[in-house]
Amino acid sequence: MNFALFVQYALSGITVGSVYAIVAIGFNIIYCTTGIINFAQGEFLIVGAMTAISLAQVVPLPVAILGAVLITTAFGALIELVFIRQVHNASVLRLIIITIGLSILIREAMLHVWDEQVRSLPYFTGTAVSTVTILGAHISPQVLWVLGVSAVIVTALTLFFRYTTVGRAMRACADDRMAARLCGVNDRWMVTLSFMLSAGIGALAGCVVSPITQTQYDMGAPLAIKGFTVAILGGLGNSMAAVAAGLFLGLLEAFVVSVLPASYKEVVAIVVLLLILVFRPTGLFARRETSALRTA
Amino acid sequence: MKRLCIHYPVLAAAVLVVLLHLVLAATDKTFYMTQITMSAYYALVVIGLCLLMGYAGQISLGHAGFFAIGGYTVAVLTTYNLSPYRESTWLGSLRSLGLIVQWQDLYGQEVLSLSPWVAFVAALLLTALIAVAIGLPVIRLKGHYLAMATLGFGLIIYRIVLGAKLFGQADGISNLPAFHLVGGLQVNGRAPFRVQNYYLAWAAVLAAMVLSLNLIHSRVGRALRSIHQSEEAAHSLGIDTYRYKLATFVLSAVLAAVGGALLTHYNGSIGPSEVTVMKSVRYVAIVAVGGMANLWGAMVMGVLLNFLSLRGVFGSFDDAVFGAILIGVMLFAPQGLLRVPRLRGILFVGRASSLAFQRVVRGCTTYVRRSHG
Repeated sequence: MNFALFVQYALSGITVGSVYAIVAIGFNIIYCTTGIINFAQGEFLIVGAMTAISLAQVVPLPVAILGAVLITTAFGALIELVFIRQVHNASVLRLIIITIGLSILIREAMLHVWDEQVRSLPYFTGTAVSTVTILGAHISPQVLWVLGVSAVIVTALTLFFRYTTVGRAMRACADDRMAARLCGVNDRWMVTLSFMLSAGIGALAGCVVSPITQTQYDMGAPLAIKGFTVAILGGLGNSMAAVAAGLFLGLLEAFVVSVLPASYKEVVAIVVLLLILVFRPTGLFARRETSALRTA
Repeated sequence: MKRLCIHYPVLAAAVLVVLLHLVLAATDKTFYMTQITMSAYYALVVIGLCLLMGYAGQISLGHAGFFAIGGYTVAVLTTYNLSPYRESTWLGSLRSLGLIVQWQDLYGQEVLSLSPWVAFVAALLLTALIAVAIGLPVIRLKGHYLAMATLGFGLIIYRIVLGAKLFGQADGISNLPAFHLVGGLQVNGRAPFRVQNYYLAWAAVLAAMVLSLNLIHSRVGRALRSIHQSEEAAHSLGIDTYRYKLATFVLSAVLAAVGGALLTHYNGSIGPSEVTVMKSVRYVAIVAVGGMANLWGAMVMGVLLNFLSLRGVFGSFDDAVFGAILIGVMLFAPQGLLRVPRLRGILFVGRASSLAFQRVVRGCTTYVRRSHG
């Protein structure tokens, strides 16, 4: 493997990995406020991308993407209000099963709205064949878009959680819901907000990556598995670690393709998932307090 | 007497099975029996999963994987043509032991293959082995970690089946020979054998029911339920929770493999569509709608819903229906549609109220009293 090829693999790994990281962060946001693993997380990306593809036929691309993100955000809120909020005193398992059901329903609804055709958004800049050369590797400008948008999402979320009142209120809820409530935080709306945020960033990631990976109604579930693997790898609830873990998994997958047949690429992530679950379920970067969550 | 009581419903079910046959015959709808037979084999998976989810309180999102291990193992072993080794001594000795069968494929070619009996036993052993290997580490996990790990297992099996030439990739494996049991009985999907197979499938289901009912009404069953209610409490009473959970996991995997192996012989083929995540989720949905800790509910729903699905009643909304069932049951009727008074679903574990505490105490005292008195 020469250097240019190495860079080529690395860049494709980083691209895919940053998408995994965004999905994992989506998992984390909801997990922190509710203790639920939202199995429908992958579906948010596809809903976002599909909506943008439909909107892009009538309005300019940036407007379409903005519209898709807003619509998906509202969709996230709707799901929380209609399904999650209605369940009182539910066990974790019951909520998990509900989100599994939701992911199936959303997927099937998309099948009936957008059929099983593979679609994609147009490239943001240039065309499918335009390339940028970095260190001898040729990549699509869209890769830069994916990396840029992922970086912006991660930075914006970090700032949001650290410096805004709402962000701090959400963190307070994640830490101790009762205490947050006693301080006057409306914890129920924080849960709704976490679903909205998750759906919104998911939709944005789905739009940016759509020109490269293309979009089909049933692509959400595999993304959710990868995202979950990454979230566990980094330690549930730890979003910065999720970025590192996402890049790690992306790179691993990219380089494995050079050794194994491509049809087994999917297996890599799952094997990583099983290994991490068995040997270190608190994640690679676990702190002491997160290990308590293992029994949740 | 108690022992007999739990078996009366099995007799009643057997009578109903015969009645159903008579009704179908009278209304000239005997062709329904084909799908009922298939549904019954799927119900075997559901019964096993019900033991695991409803009684031991452990979720599995990978049961389609075990179904597939059973199905694909018999498919590979019974269709692998050994004719090229005709002259070898090992084949000769296997033949003299009666472990090899000779038949003709669709094109009239002679095929020598392993006897379905050998394949069946091998499939069950292999499944048990894999279930132990997977279960040893995985069954220690809880909640969504367990859910994801079993889901991951199912996905790996799916990918292997889809990727490996041995398993026919996307085409699957077809043209399995019939499974000759004893006498003239055989698991065979062709029309002349329809009635016979209807009863064979039901016999398998009712046998699984008797086995499961015995299990849950035994010392093991009480131990399982106490684990379900509170693992810590059960553990502190000296119940080896890990071993019981693992044993249930393996048993339920083997039941799924029995269903898979028999259905594969009945259909004469198996394909990757049997191994999808959606299939695993479907089994979970059926157990949930049957009422979690309710074997009869699981069995009835397993046959009914699979039958409706196979008849194509749900049309292009097939998967959506099972998704809606999951949500609907969990939102509105977490005890399932067929309510039974003394029902204790795993759904209530999270409700750490005084009620649950009382139940734990009661469950433990019952356990102690019954096992020592």
